[in-house]
Amino acid sequence: MQRRDTLKWLGALPLAGTLGATSRVLAAPAAPAKLLFVFLRGGYDAASLLVPTSSDFYYEARPNIAIARPSADKGAGLALNADWALHPALQDSVYPLFGAKQVAFVPFCGTDDLTRSHFETQDTVELGQGDGTAADGTRLQRDFRSGFMNRLAAVLGGAEPDGVRPIAFTDQLPRILQGSVEVANVSLRYAGKGGGINERQSSMIAAMYSGHKLDKQVREGFETRSEVQRTVANEMAGEMVAANRNAINARGFELEARRVAALMREKYALGFIDVGGWDTHVNQGTGVGYLANRFDELGRGLATFAREMGPDWNKTVVVVASEFGRTFRENGNRGTDHGHGTVFWVLGGGVKGGIAGEQVAVNASTLFQDRDYPVLNEYRTVLGGLFARMYGLNAAQVGRVFPGVRGKDLRLV
Amino acid sequence: MTIQSTMPTLRAATCAVLLGLAAGCAAGAAPQDAAPAAPRLGGLPAAAQLGVLNRVTWGASTSTWRAARQEGIDRYLEGQLHPGPDDGLPPSIAAQIAGFSIVQRPMDELVMDLERQRKAYSALPPDDAGAKVAQQAYQDQINRAAREAATRSLLRDVYSRNQLKEQMTWFWMNHFNVFQNKHNIRAMIGDYEERAIRPNALGKFRDLVRATVFHPAMLRYLDNEQNAGGRINENYARELMELHTLGVNGGYAQQDVQELARVLTGLGVNLGTKEPKLRRELQGQYVRRGVFEFNPARHDYGDKVLLGQPIRGEGLAEVDAAIDRLCASPATAHHIGRKLALYFTGADPSPRLENALAAAFQRSDGDIAQVLATLFAAPEFRQSLGQAFRDPVHYVVGSVRMAYDEKPILSVEPMMAWLTRLGEPLYGRLTPDGYPLDASAWQSPGQMTTRFEIARIIGTSGAGLFRAPGGQAPESPGFPQLANPLYDEALRTTLGPATRKALDAALSPQEWNIFLLASPEWMNR
Repeated sequence: MQRRDTLKWLGALPLAGTLGATSRVLAAPAAPAKLLFVFLRGGYDAASLLVPTSSDFYYEARPNIAIARPSADKGAGLALNADWALHPALQDSVYPLFGAKQVAFVPFCGTDDLTRSHFETQDTVELGQGDGTAADGTRLQRDFRSGFMNRLAAVLGGAEPDGVRPIAFTDQLPRILQGSVEVANVSLRYAGKGGGINERQSSMIAAMYSGHKLDKQVREGFETRSEVQRTVANEMAGEMVAANRNAINARGFELEARRVAALMREKYALGFIDVGGWDTHVNQGTGVGYLANRFDELGRGLATFAREMGPDWNKTVVVVASEFGRTFRENGNRGTDHGHGTVFWVLGGGVKGGIAGEQVAVNASTLFQDRDYPVLNEYRTVLGGLFARMYGLNAAQVGRVFPGVRGKDLRLV
Repeated sequence: MTIQSTMPTLRAATCAVLLGLAAGCAAGAAPQDAAPAAPRLGGLPAAAQLGVLNRVTWGASTSTWRAARQEGIDRYLEGQLHPGPDDGLPPSIAAQIAGFSIVQRPMDELVMDLERQRKAYSALPPDDAGAKVAQQAYQDQINRAAREAATRSLLRDVYSRNQLKEQMTWFWMNHFNVFQNKHNIRAMIGDYEERAIRPNALGKFRDLVRATVFHPAMLRYLDNEQNAGGRINENYARELMELHTLGVNGGYAQQDVQELARVLTGLGVNLGTKEPKLRRELQGQYVRRGVFEFNPARHDYGDKVLLGQPIRGEGLAEVDAAIDRLCASPATAHHIGRKLALYFTGADPSPRLENALAAAFQRSDGDIAQVLATLFAAPEFRQSLGQAFRDPVHYVVGSVRMAYDEKPILSVEPMMAWLTRLGEPLYGRLTPDGYPLDASAWQSPGQMTTRFEIARIIGTSGAGLFRAPGGQAPESPGFPQLANPLYDEALRTTLGPATRKALDAALSPQEWNIFLLASPEWMNR
């Protein structure tokens, strides 16, 4: 890794306690790197996102739901290179970012968890402690209160008062952010819908907790909430002035993503958000249809986030992931079932775009258990390598985030 | 002066009274072979008696407060430990429950009917318009069954006079957790609660275990329907030992998991009318009760060794032998005692209390009411009053009980929505470990803020509780009176100066309500 790159990524992060004085001097001038983890719960169909256009087998295996090879036709895939195309619903959002080399896709990525159960595999991803099974088949004790993003926050000094500030944009604290570092959480879905304790009431309530052991949580909660409310108020003011149709119509994930950007720009360096609706067992559609609509909403949200981060986008990384991929062949209901390997996305102003990681030709003989994409890029090694580059972590620090794992440097940033 | 600095004063007052009840304290720490201690709490001051009520019930209301005062707290407690058959529900609430489809129709019939419907629409092409209509009808019916179950449960939590029984029903539903959104468990969840858990909530632990082992909801949830001789699925066997009985360090090995899985082979569900064709010598072993099925062709008839002792391979009887062995283990007595103490005191018990509870468990053959009586008599229980953090269910149900007492609400849907927002919906825990019992799981900044918003909704309006589900009519404006006799007679004395200051500064009765429900004292029980 070039020192120049390190400088770009190492921020004024509180690495003092972990990296030593030399690094801190190096790190001082730049602003901190930011990371947003977007978790697609339900196992999205990665073979519809990143379409293996050079594989005839893909078109045989999916007679009704394949995405067509790139062409002028509406609904055809968007060429990325000789082997891959992108889902057409992302034409105006993620595709231009890919063109600007700000998006990397890591196909054949995922976990070693073979349960094919949503919740078990989501746990596996979020905990980042392996699938809980030792080589001899016995079950290991996993710590269900220790998610890998919380451990990352700890490595980045999150326990220090001026350390990295993590936040979950969710109702509850997800496993991925549970652990020793205190984490804020706020649901953006309910923001701006009244809910209204007014400011006077907030401060009266906070005063009741002064000196109480929940004092910190209560203040943190009110602070986050009022920042969200400010963001929402700004949105509304902006909408009235700009009469921008997109802004007025922003809904769902796009609206949330704009609020996420406002909060991460201002205050938080480590964010998590989840998006549901990917469990497409039935009628998932092709270039248009149900899944296309989900990709459209997701893509617009990601593009909005990139835009709203402004200059900070250059030191921001977004990882989009899911617990598993889906069966390579379509099922009897024009959908797909729970599979194994998936595609991770890495986006950011400083990302080195392209298709990254180990790959293999897509045909019947390379499928895992004759049904799914194999996992050639174990996600912890991929993310471990990414974090090492982003934050200048050494092997021991990566090992604290992902115990027993050595990061693999795919030069994603 | 901060709230915290007043807490020791309250505790000191409680302890002073406890000194006067030295005999009662000694009984709490009785040696293992003594008779179970009868809780003696009658001498406690009002604030501490309120604390007891807040533990034994889902949250005190004026009517429970007065009933307990009139009867005497010790007799009230005795009645809670050994409840009569009458729940004392308000007539309109009882009538609402009696009208539910899950009450009027046995689970087996509902499940088999739904399965027929599912098969019929699944056989049609997915684009078929009729298939979509049929699928929607199926979803509506199965969702309704689950919603009715949750509604019944919440209504009982709010109104039943047998409050401890309802609380223990939640506790055991959580201990023997099943997740309603797996397969068709939504159609089974009401029956699981009503027939497996609730009748045994204060009874013998062994009966509880047995009822869950034979319930189709559990057999589906933990995949035992996939568990067959030669093709073992260990999922249920492991959780039965790790979570339900012995506990994670309960002295069993991987070999025991495999052996117990072999014992459980053949236990499953059958949602159809067809029964398996069996060799003649196995036919007498076949058992079918509704959708529960023991299929001897799937059972491993070899001999097993469980926890160092043999179990002779003889079919279904092996299951009872295994349950007996697990329930008789001291590890189980400790595991259950520890968990009950955590739930009812908000903290892990001292080794001394854990030993006393385990001893009560073993002495009484796993009698849950007797273990609880020992717990309620323990000094640790009294010292912990007011110190346990309310989890979302306690917060929501306790607030509604405080606000409306015996006045019947028309809809629990707002309560369900609050529980979802706070992360603890009924039957919504994915994993078999159940919701965490320790406070830290429920105290994140976002969760605290959400509580305050719910405090505002309850404190300033009818909160949607008086709008019949599906009804269009707007709720009549109104808000509850939380400054009620319970407040005047007991709750007020437990509040610290910071909270009193906020209450005094409230600009309206509604705002006063918000501050009370948002106060740190209200977060505890």
